[in-house]
Amino acid sequence: MTFRNETLLWMLQRASAAVLALCVVVHLATMVYAIRGGLSAAEILGRTRGNYGWLAFYSLFVLACAVHVPIGLRAVLAEWFKWRSGARDLALAAFAVLIAALGMRAVLGVFL
Amino acid sequence: MRGHAGSWAALVHRLSGIALAIFLPVHFWAIGHTFESAASFDALLEWTNHPLVKFAEWGIVVLLAAHLGGGLRVLALEFLPWRDWHKTLAAAAAAVALAVGLAFALAL
Repeated sequence: MTFRNETLLWMLQRASAAVLALCVVVHLATMVYAIRGGLSAAEILGRTRGNYGWLAFYSLFVLACAVHVPIGLRAVLAEWFKWRSGARDLALAAFAVLIAALGMRAVLGVFL
Repeated sequence: MRGHAGSWAALVHRLSGIALAIFLPVHFWAIGHTFESAASFDALLEWTNHPLVKFAEWGIVVLLAAHLGGGLRVLALEFLPWRDWHKTLAAAAAAVALAVGLAFALAL
């Protein structure tokens, strides 16, 4: 991995962190508000189905996770497990795709 | 001691990040799977009423808040000019996790 690419990953990690900070605060506040008095599928789906604002927010949240998580794990694998090869980056790229795919499936499942 | 606080903050940030990286695909899969029908989602919600599951949920929320607090600490250290209050950022990160943990526990 070239120095330029390392710098790009560092910047992507910080940019996604800034997005996630906002998303996590909103998500935590929503959860604390929503779980009071119990949850039901009808109640949740009533709020989320066809709600484009909700779709945009959670799509951004999922994609920021797909960027942030693999880059974070990359540092852990390098520093704690001494795994620094191209195979590591390939595995992490696959993990990013997995997070994005599962996350968007969940988001669309609740939106549609 | 303050150096120790920084090391602890970095370790908690890393461990909470690893735990969240493991939890996230499972969380997404479970939502995607169960929302295929309202009945299966209600069955999942029923399962989450179990005290042990509630405790695990609370743990994940605290880990998320801890990772958020630790992440804001890192961003402040890297992007804001040095000030004396940087030394108290680790305590601020812990306070975020504690506050969210309490709020979630009270709402459960």
